Amino acid sequence: MAASANTIDRVSRRAVLTGGLVSGFLLAFHVPVRAFNEPVQPPDDPAGKFAPNAFIRIDASGKTTLVMPQVEMGQGVYTALPMMLAEELDADFAQLTLEHAPPSDKLYGNPLFGIQATGNSNSVRAWWKPLRTAGATARAMLVQAAARQWQVDPASCSTGNSLVLHKASGRQLSYGALALAASNEVPPKDVPLKEPKDFVLIGKPLKRLDTPDKVNGKAVYGIDALLPDMKFATLKTCPVFGGKVARVDDSAARKVPGVQNVVVLEDLVAVVGDHTWAAIKGLEALVVEWDEGPNARVSSQDIWENLRAASENEGAVAKSRGDIAKGLATGDKLEASYELPFLAHATMEPVNATVHLTPDSCEVWTGTQVIARVQLQAGKAAGLPVEKVIANNHLLGGGFGRKLEPDMVIAAVRIAKHVDGPVKVIWTREEDIRHDVYRPIYRDTIAATLSDGKIAAWKYRVSGSSVMARWFPPGFQKGVDIDAVDSAIDMPYDIPDFHVEYVRAEPPAVPTGFWRGVGPNNNVFAIECFMDELARKAGKDPVVFRRSMLANQPRFLAALNLAAEKSGWGKPLPARVGRGVCVQPSFASFIATVVEAEVDENGEIDLRRVTCAVDTGIAVNPDTIEAQLQGGLVFGLTAALYGEITIDRGRVQQSNFNDYRMLRIDQTPVIDVHLIKSGEAPGGIGETGATAGPPALRNAIYAATGVALRRLPIDRAMIAGGKKA
Amino acid sequence: MKLTINGEQKSFDAPSDMPLLWVLRDILGMTGTKFGCGIAQCGACTVHVEGKPVRSCMLPVGALRDRAVTTIEGIGASPAGARVQKAWLDLEVVQCGYCQSGQIMSAAALLTTTPSPDDSDIDAAMAGNICRCGTYVRIRAAIKQAASQRQS
Repeated sequence: MAASANTIDRVSRRAVLTGGLVSGFLLAFHVPVRAFNEPVQPPDDPAGKFAPNAFIRIDASGKTTLVMPQVEMGQGVYTALPMMLAEELDADFAQLTLEHAPPSDKLYGNPLFGIQATGNSNSVRAWWKPLRTAGATARAMLVQAAARQWQVDPASCSTGNSLVLHKASGRQLSYGALALAASNEVPPKDVPLKEPKDFVLIGKPLKRLDTPDKVNGKAVYGIDALLPDMKFATLKTCPVFGGKVARVDDSAARKVPGVQNVVVLEDLVAVVGDHTWAAIKGLEALVVEWDEGPNARVSSQDIWENLRAASENEGAVAKSRGDIAKGLATGDKLEASYELPFLAHATMEPVNATVHLTPDSCEVWTGTQVIARVQLQAGKAAGLPVEKVIANNHLLGGGFGRKLEPDMVIAAVRIAKHVDGPVKVIWTREEDIRHDVYRPIYRDTIAATLSDGKIAAWKYRVSGSSVMARWFPPGFQKGVDIDAVDSAIDMPYDIPDFHVEYVRAEPPAVPTGFWRGVGPNNNVFAIECFMDELARKAGKDPVVFRRSMLANQPRFLAALNLAAEKSGWGKPLPARVGRGVCVQPSFASFIATVVEAEVDENGEIDLRRVTCAVDTGIAVNPDTIEAQLQGGLVFGLTAALYGEITIDRGRVQQSNFNDYRMLRIDQTPVIDVHLIKSGEAPGGIGETGATAGPPALRNAIYAATGVALRRLPIDRAMIAGGKKA
Repeated sequence: MKLTINGEQKSFDAPSDMPLLWVLRDILGMTGTKFGCGIAQCGACTVHVEGKPVRSCMLPVGALRDRAVTTIEGIGASPAGARVQKAWLDLEVVQCGYCQSGQIMSAAALLTTTPSPDDSDIDAAMAGNICRCGTYVRIRAAIKQAASQRQS
């Protein structure tokens, strides 16, 4: 069943639709200019194809093309979504062609957002029913067409591997042979879906469809777009947020061989050349004086003071039950505040966009989590109506939320106004780090009381930037950002008096956005760190303490018990080695993680082992789920160990991987992931590991040293030798 | 200027201080080699020069003279490269894939000089390659599998 390199066509761009849906069929289409290093494909004309919906095309040769409404950034959706479609279509999984969806909120809007966006670990959850229904409906039309031809009852036909079979008469027809006839069939309503016991693809660790071209250099990311006569540019934005260009001396830059143009805009300068090297050298030779503007004195210290002051205010209530005032007035009380830093995304593929602007058209090549938003914003920046903008999506060299923003495309369009022909604009790593849209700083304060060794009352205030208010206003209502309190209100522990509130506090100067793990990262860190402090106060083992409040949460309890068992929880450890646990309710999955770590005399940390137990409902592709947790944990542990963006004089102080460090292979521990079998609907998985790592590591350090760290990244000085409590 | 890349002679015009990375990507259209940091900190741009792994983002093309270059597009022609690519697919190492050209070039060079690497050999050879998706656990396993297939 596994697909191999020579049977799977390349993931390719598809033609951009300029028409809408009529009777479920795509009418108008437009063929964009194709980057010449991309595979040559016939234009995606649905005419002559069986195209029952926006996701499936079968031509007369049997070639089956699936259009991917969510974009591939490593999380495996270009395998999981085809598995869901092909499962119900009964298509031959080894013969699929995949295409990136063109921009269309209407056709490809994420059912959980209402807009075309890949994020919040919800691709499988959001499309679980719609894509299977699309596949099943198409299959039913192919069966109807065959039955009509054979003059038999459709119920007497079966399907498999892109064939319709009539067992009684031994006849069969391929989907390709039926494609034209099926186009004339009326789509049935309320087509039944398979029972999970009948799945032939879903649940199997099938090989990914996107990986063969990722091991031989053929995969095309946005940064790889090549067009005839294209130019290459790089840019420098005012180092101070919100600052502007004051004066430019470009005489030396223009003398650099290969430099074609110097573009000076209000807030940035760019150099355009025959190749990226000329652009880089030209930019180095450019003398720019900046008007640093009102943020020139902003520092991390100011920003933190601002947030700490705001966090003293009462927040908007996100959830409340019982009598929190009464609950906090009795019993053993503990209160603590937790703080998380700004973080950059540092996708391995630096931010980039290629644009070809003419007086009446704009074409964009980029890898984005929001292709429809890119199209819209490119049009605004170009001063063209949206239908004049062709936006071509690509594989993403990492997304992590960075590419939920269209800022790079807007800047590239502004630069392209000064370039004749197509121009590829690449951010250097330094620009990428210094002009990111950062994971917000947060300060969370929790007060709780204990009674009989359990939590009686819990008051939790989340304070920080609202990304939703800017990015998706319906997600910010009555003063509450639903993402910022996501896992705070879904906390699994059984607590009688429970109260969660949110204080919106926007940092001066620094733009904030989504980051892998979004709100739950912050919530789960504060909750699970505080759980360990409460367990210590109650004199209980952290696992036993949590278990005692999960009696009504069998899925969490099973995950916790499995993680504890597989990690050897409770077994003796050497001095300065500890295990830490984290239970998390994020993204509709049920996950428990144990990190085992050693803290040396200098406070340096050796990650010894990570054990993770996950119930994510039906595991569409169990191998991908394991990989996402392994990778997500590395992502989260990286942040815990190193991640921090700091501001001085309005500027980001970090610049590249030398001072914005990443975990490397020599520091990566064994990571065991244990899947719990479940028949429930699938949960989300892409961001869960990022959420799990930091609190589990912090609790391991707490166990190893007795030091209750309450900020990230981990402060080595606080946990250096001799501090065992 | 002339270079032998993946066994083929290539002729092009470029300033001699231009890093090989940009010659490959922008002039020769060989986009499999990736730009990650520009300062030899991440390994995404790794190629082989006479079989040795080199960060092409800081290697002036003029310094190459007649030394042969191998890139991700050509590494499958070498036995070690082919084994690494196969192990990468067998163990499903890849996620976003952007760093994997460099990872594979570093791993293929390792197996050429050290046919049976232990964990510390792998750490030493691969610690210069960052993977933001965090595929390290599988990279380690895949290198071991590729090594074992040579011996079997």
